[in-house]
Amino acid sequence: MPTVNVELRNVTKRFGDFVAVDNVSLQIHEGEFFSLLGPSGCGKTTNLRMIAGFELPSEGEIYLKGHPVGQLPPFKRNVNTVFQNYALFPHMTVAENVGFGLEMKKLSKSEINQRVNETLDLVRLPNLGSRKPRQLSGGQQQRVALARAIVNRPDVLLLDEPLSALDLKLRKTMQFELKELQRQLGITFIFVTHDQEESMTMSDRIAVMDHGHVLQVGAPTDIYEQPNSRFVADFIGETNFLPCKVTGRENGLATVVVGDKIKLQAACEPNVAAGDEASLIIRPEKINIHTEQQSNGQNHTVLPGEIVEKVYIGTDTRFAVKLMDGSVVNVRHQNMSMNDPVTQVNNNETVFVSWQTAAARVLTS
Amino acid sequence: MGKRRSVYLSFLLGPGAFWLLMFFVIPSLLVVVYSFMERSSSGGVIWNFSLEAYTKLFAFDPDSLFVNDFVVIFLRSFWWAILTTVACLLIGYPLAFYIAQQKPFTRTVMLFMVMIPFWTNFLVRTYAWKFILNNNGLINTFLSELSLPRVPLINTPTAVLIGLVYGSLPFMVLPLYASIEKFDYTLVEAGQDLGANYFRIFTRVFLPLTMPGVAAGCILVFIPAVGQYVVPTILGGGKVSMLGNLLAQQFGAALNWPFGSAIAVIFMILLMAGVLIYFTVEREEEAI
Amino acid sequence: MTVQQAQEGSLSRPAVTDTHYPPQRAGSLLLTWGKRLLWVNMVFSFVFLYAPILVLVIFSFNNSRFAAKWEGFTFQWYGQLLTNEAIISAFWNSIIVAVSATLISTVLGTMTAIAMERFRFPFRKTYDGILYLPVIVPDIVMGISLLAFFALALDWINTALALPVDSALRPGLTTVIIAHVAFNISFVAIVVRTSLRDFNKALEEAAQDLGANEWITFRRITLPLIMPGILGGALLAFTLSLDDFVITFFTTGPGGTTLPIDVFSRIRRSISPEINAISTLMLLMSIVLVMASQSLQRRRD
Repeated sequence: MPTVNVELRNVTKRFGDFVAVDNVSLQIHEGEFFSLLGPSGCGKTTNLRMIAGFELPSEGEIYLKGHPVGQLPPFKRNVNTVFQNYALFPHMTVAENVGFGLEMKKLSKSEINQRVNETLDLVRLPNLGSRKPRQLSGGQQQRVALARAIVNRPDVLLLDEPLSALDLKLRKTMQFELKELQRQLGITFIFVTHDQEESMTMSDRIAVMDHGHVLQVGAPTDIYEQPNSRFVADFIGETNFLPCKVTGRENGLATVVVGDKIKLQAACEPNVAAGDEASLIIRPEKINIHTEQQSNGQNHTVLPGEIVEKVYIGTDTRFAVKLMDGSVVNVRHQNMSMNDPVTQVNNNETVFVSWQTAAARVLTS
Repeated sequence: MGKRRSVYLSFLLGPGAFWLLMFFVIPSLLVVVYSFMERSSSGGVIWNFSLEAYTKLFAFDPDSLFVNDFVVIFLRSFWWAILTTVACLLIGYPLAFYIAQQKPFTRTVMLFMVMIPFWTNFLVRTYAWKFILNNNGLINTFLSELSLPRVPLINTPTAVLIGLVYGSLPFMVLPLYASIEKFDYTLVEAGQDLGANYFRIFTRVFLPLTMPGVAAGCILVFIPAVGQYVVPTILGGGKVSMLGNLLAQQFGAALNWPFGSAIAVIFMILLMAGVLIYFTVEREEEAI
Repeated sequence: MTVQQAQEGSLSRPAVTDTHYPPQRAGSLLLTWGKRLLWVNMVFSFVFLYAPILVLVIFSFNNSRFAAKWEGFTFQWYGQLLTNEAIISAFWNSIIVAVSATLISTVLGTMTAIAMERFRFPFRKTYDGILYLPVIVPDIVMGISLLAFFALALDWINTALALPVDSALRPGLTTVIIAHVAFNISFVAIVVRTSLRDFNKALEEAAQDLGANEWITFRRITLPLIMPGILGGALLAFTLSLDDFVITFFTTGPGGTTLPIDVFSRIRRSISPEINAISTLMLLMSIVLVMASQSLQRRRD
């Protein structure tokens, strides 16, 4: 069992009538890279601000290394934050910014100097200590903000969309560097983002939030492969949704009817029962497309359909395929070779789509 | 935490609030109280309730058809303040517009030139006109050099109005400039694109969008103008008096404090009502 | 000193940007004439604003007791000012009043601004309104109400302490300073509130996040960053106090003659080359003050 570093127990935060965070419980492990992911206004930033101490929870308690800290002011928590727009002190030099936290801890001048320099080296900004923040580029400011936080060796480092102000290329580099830094330091990172790709790339675990609730917590593969709700399936990656009705379940597989013609099996959550109105979800890249009827093999679902749209996008070709009941599924077909007969099919031609039975999931919520 | 915050709050708010209460709110209320007291001929009041001050202010004067001298001064003060505001607007709006069109350097210089009078002592600026208009002033000295007859310029309504406009102009130009400068000229192109001529664009696009500046400028000019004391005293010689002179007189030589207080009370009521109506109309227009 | 300077904080900082040029259009007759009229209006306005002041400055060097006829160049009026005890003492009184009023009102106004921007409390809206009133109320009304108030208050104190007539408290420099603080608090508070509102609150959070408590956060982060705003407010207060005539006129007493009071009594009598010289010096002082405020402005941006 990994050590729990930060825990939120039944935490609720209200602003007047508005419930920003609704009865959230989370455990974040020592040394983990943990992401809070969700659309804007989902409560992820409020969660982070409560851990930092900028907001006090209306109900519930927050534990840091087992101690309740929910009502402590920010300056009494060994937690540091990298702010969205960095919040570097404009009237201080880079070194003064980075040394501020150590100065507050009343460390000696020489020790502050030494640690500031070490940390600036670590974020690869040596020799910039005497500059003012506004003389630095966005990426450099980002690194100073990071240095200013990690120099204090916090129990947890909180990052509030720290990469959102950077351009795409720089963002990719910084993602890699952040992850690398976290591995080196072994500090717990809690990372707030609305960018699902960013959180997938970097995180050990992700909590997906919406409307103040945590919908699912898990490793990126769990979240992607086994979403527990339509929201999660939709928010992370691309998904086909087919409305369906559950007619039975056995061995962890549900039998569903899509439209009134197509009967098939799919993986399902334990709470799915016969008679439920549900959605069948299947990722476009998990669907194979064939020009000829395949043998209806074990654990495979095969359905006939008609191409209604075809878009060539380089790595893949995207097809929209209309099934017998009229519903349309999107399919991504990797362009392995231009001799592949699938790349030659045109609109209105009949094809067959297939997927592993367990790759499709039935969701009721 | 809550308790600590309220200690901070009282520490921060207390001294300033005390000062304003003692030396602004209470004195203002005192004037209201004084206006209902009896006059003491040595200054101050006798602490007996009386409506004498108000009856004097609104008394019917058989010599004039409708109004007594005091009401005339009220009307004159408001009328002149309106004239001043309109004059400042007519000069100030085109000036602000012109400045906003200049290249950055020219613009900075011109703004600086508007700002210097803005910060210059009001007495000095009023005196400058006395120097020009006085009977032994610049114009009359010049006229007598040419052996022309002197003309009476000082102590006339014209002199007072010139002084009022001169004193107020920068206060009109600066807020106007601030709102004109923010104007997005692509809207003019959009207007032309939609077939509006220059006149239409000005009245339908430019003017409405710079209205906040006009409003701010008018208020900054109007209110101080109604209550002017320095200009009518120096350029009007006390012969052409405004409310400021009347107030000063009642609290000074005339030693009728209740009457002076009543004038101040009515004056403030009219002013506040005016401002309130102005803002209500403004807000309704905004709502439309 | 006028009600108008209310919004000086914002008025005196029109940003000069290069973005909003009106489209240049080759012109219809109307447009050409419109532009000419604008130009004429501009020239007229600046002549109107500056001619009187320039005339004053020129004639302050005029070698003639009879002010308005040019008789040659001299510095004698400036020389006379330096030996005129009434003017020198009025000048120092003005400085004493302006410096004290500025110090007190800057501290109180800044504290008020912080309370208004950073705290929620009952009757905050009402207090907000009261805070704006000294800016809006015409100075003559504030002047007479303070006259009435001080007369009554000093009378009560003198009676209560049974002070003999020759050592009784009278209006003077102290009452003038009190009055100036009363209107300046509002002006300072307005200017400082603007800079507090522009202030990025994440900076305060960052400081607390790094272990600074509220007081250290204020001293190390907030105060240095709003300092240009505070200095701007102080400069405004200083100018208003130095220039104020009306409120001083009603709240001063024996020994409390400030420069504007002295100048006013001279102006009322007549025009004279000495007044021209004083005016020129006061004008110079204003130019210095505008420059100071402009450079502060640049620092604020």
